[in-house]
Parts: sequence; structure tokens; C-alpha cells
Amino acid sequence: MIELKAHNLSKNFNERIVFKNINFELSRGTSLAITGHNGSGKTTLVKIISGLISPSSGSVEFTADLVKKAYNEIYKYIGLVGPYIQLYNSLSAWENLIFFSRMRGITPDKEKIRTFMDKLGLRGRELDDVRSYSSGMMQRLKYVTALLHEPEVFIVDEPTSNLDAAGSQIVYDILEKQKKDKILIVATNEAEESRFGEQIINLTSE
Amino acid sequence: MASKLLTLLQNSVFIFIKDVRLEFRTRYAVNAMILFAITTLTAISFSLGPVRLDPNLVSSLLWILLFFSSMSSLSHIFVREEEQQTSDTLRLISGPIPIFLGKWLFNVVLILCLEIIIVPLFFILLNASVQGMSIFIVVLILGSIGLATVSTVIAAIISQASVKGALFAVLAFPISLPILISSINGTRLSIEGNNFSESMDYIQALFSFLVVIFTVSLLVFEFIWKK
Repeated sequence: MIELKAHNLSKNFNERIVFKNINFELSRGTSLAITGHNGSGKTTLVKIISGLISPSSGSVEFTADLVKKAYNEIYKYIGLVGPYIQLYNSLSAWENLIFFSRMRGITPDKEKIRTFMDKLGLRGRELDDVRSYSSGMMQRLKYVTALLHEPEVFIVDEPTSNLDAAGSQIVYDILEKQKKDKILIVATNEAEESRFGEQIINLTSE
Repeated sequence: MASKLLTLLQNSVFIFIKDVRLEFRTRYAVNAMILFAITTLTAISFSLGPVRLDPNLVSSLLWILLFFSSMSSLSHIFVREEEQQTSDTLRLISGPIPIFLGKWLFNVVLILCLEIIIVPLFFILLNASVQGMSIFIVVLILGSIGLATVSTVIAAIISQASVKGALFAVLAFPISLPILISSINGTRLSIEGNNFSESMDYIQALFSFLVVIFTVSLLVFEFIWKK
């Protein structure tokens, strides 16, 4: 049983209030869309939920099997795709994926990596340095790194950024599947993509 | 508990291996460190000529050389993560302690590798020799680990600042001073050929400071690393 709860989350940078008193509760099979215009604080909220930055006040509570998890141990449960999550350019895609798998405590499964690479349309490019990837391929590879450990909470910031139509469709299929089986959080500018959230937080109106 | 500790150590090793692999591909830190050390060593050697130096001066020059060579490259371990914008990625896949341990191990290995090249060259070019090899090796290893520890934690602090290079040496110098003083004195005794027991004060001081700085670094790193 996985639960993610936010209590009165607020964030301000110096005097500027980005958002205040955000509350939500998510469990397996539920989803949340975070919408709002550029600069409304979507990425800040996503980073707080992922444990990358601290809120000014309020808290995010992550419970797995009724046990509250500290923020320095939730990384195994979270998969995050976002523009600020960069891969190691001097390493190949394969080396990146092996590193990410090991860090998340799973034994690298070559067959599984190949399956994910095929699914994201990256077959045959496993051994290339990530620096040789286009921005769209990079975005696809970020999905592989975020999904490989089958996270309980899948968070995507700007899901189809840099992707072509085919890539966007692959991502939409992934989001549909995650929405059914796991906790899904999508932060987006696109009205069409907010359909992935059963609950919607519109930061513009906060 | 034991399995948590094992996972923590395993993750530290994975981060170390990743950093070694990245360093082999870019050779940024190794090149900076070796070129700085060789250039400085050549300048010292040419300026002093064939004069046989006092042991106090030899040990001081050795540790000044090692300190500034370390300062030229050891900050790279965290600065690289910030410059390539991979620090958030690292925050996402690991707790802070394995990150510190992995990066610390990388810096220890890097500085020890530098010494394998630079220390013999230093003694050849300065026409000096070590009489008490056991004291010298113990002091060199403890001093190097101390410098690597200070460099790692200061690198984590300055990696988020805009003036990284200058700030690194300025912050690292006062914290490294106890290491430098004990190492210089221990090295002097080894050059003079004193007994191991006579240098125990400096070795104990070095070891004690190393334990303190390592423990403090480990405790404060979580606060430095979390945004």
C-alpha cells in the first residue's frame, strides 16, 4: 500500500510567494495533474514532492506498507522525468542505465533494459554516448531511466517536451498505464495532458 | 541494519566507479592536477638549483606542492555535477551519505595516484632523501586522506557558489592548516631519520584531526547537499 500526502505545502523565494497551502492525497491507481502558466511554480512543486528541494512550510508524507519513509529513502519508490534531470553525457546510455539501476538497488537486467529501449524507440543506440543523442532521444532515455525500477510514484514534468508525434504517443501510452497501476503526477502547460490527472491543481488560480 | 550498511557502502562504490569512468573519459581533474604539480615542481627545482636543502624546507615545499595541486582539481568532483546539471539526478537516486563517501573515495584515490608520480620526482629533483621511510609513508597517507576529506566537503559547499575556484582555496586553507602543520613536521622527522616513536605526536595529531574532520563532514554533508 503506497500513499503520498501533501499537507499545507507552501513555498516562497525571499518575499515572493510561489504557492501556498497545497493539499492532496494520492494512493495507488490515482493521479494528479499540476497545471499553470510558465513561472507559476509547477516545477517547484514537483521538486518538493520528489524531495529535491524543501518546502518553506508544510510537509509531504510518503507511506509504503503503512511505514512512513524518510526523504533520504524514498528515491527507490520514485521515478521522475523532467528538464532538470540530466543524464551523464560522457557515459553511454547503457552505462547510465546500469548506474541508475544499481543505485536504486536492482540488479541490472539486460533483457529488461533492451525491452524498454525498444519500447522508447532507442534500439541499437544503447552503446552510444549520451552526448550524441538528440534532445528528443534524450527525453526518451529519461523515461527509460525513470521506469526501469518500476517506481510506485511516477512524476513527469513537461511529459512531451522535445518529442515528436510518435514519441508523444509512446509517452501517452506509458502515462495511461502508470495511471492505472501506480501513483501518477503530471505537471504540464498543455490542456490536453491534464486529462491524465483525476485530481487537478491549477497553480494559476492559487 | 547490516543490510542497510552494506547497501550504503555498495552505493558509495557505484558512485566512485561512475566518477572514475567519467574521469577516464574527460581527464579533467587528473590533467589539471598533474600539470600543476609538474609545473610547480619544475619551477621550484630551477629556482633552488643543486643546493642541498634543510629538511624543514624540503618537507614544507613538499606539502605546499601537494596542497595547491589538490586545490587545483579536487573541487571538480562536485563542480562537475553542478556544471553538467546532474546534481539533481544524483539527489534523486541516492541519499547523501553514499554520495559523500563515493566522492571522498575518488578524491583519496586521485591524490594518492598524484603522489605516486610527484613524490619520487620531488625528491630526485631537490636532491633530497628520506631516512625513515615508515614514518614518511604513514604521514603521507594520513595527510593525503585529510586533504581529500577537507577538499570533498569544501567542494560540496563551493559547487553552488558563482566564484568557485578562488573560494575553494580560501575556505580549504584554514581547515587544512592542522593537517599541513602535522604533516610538515612528521615529514621533517622522516627526512632527518628519527625513530617512529619520536614522530608519534604528529601521527596521533594527524589521525585525530582526520577522524574529527571526517565525522563532521559526514554529519554536515546532508545539510550542505540538500537544497
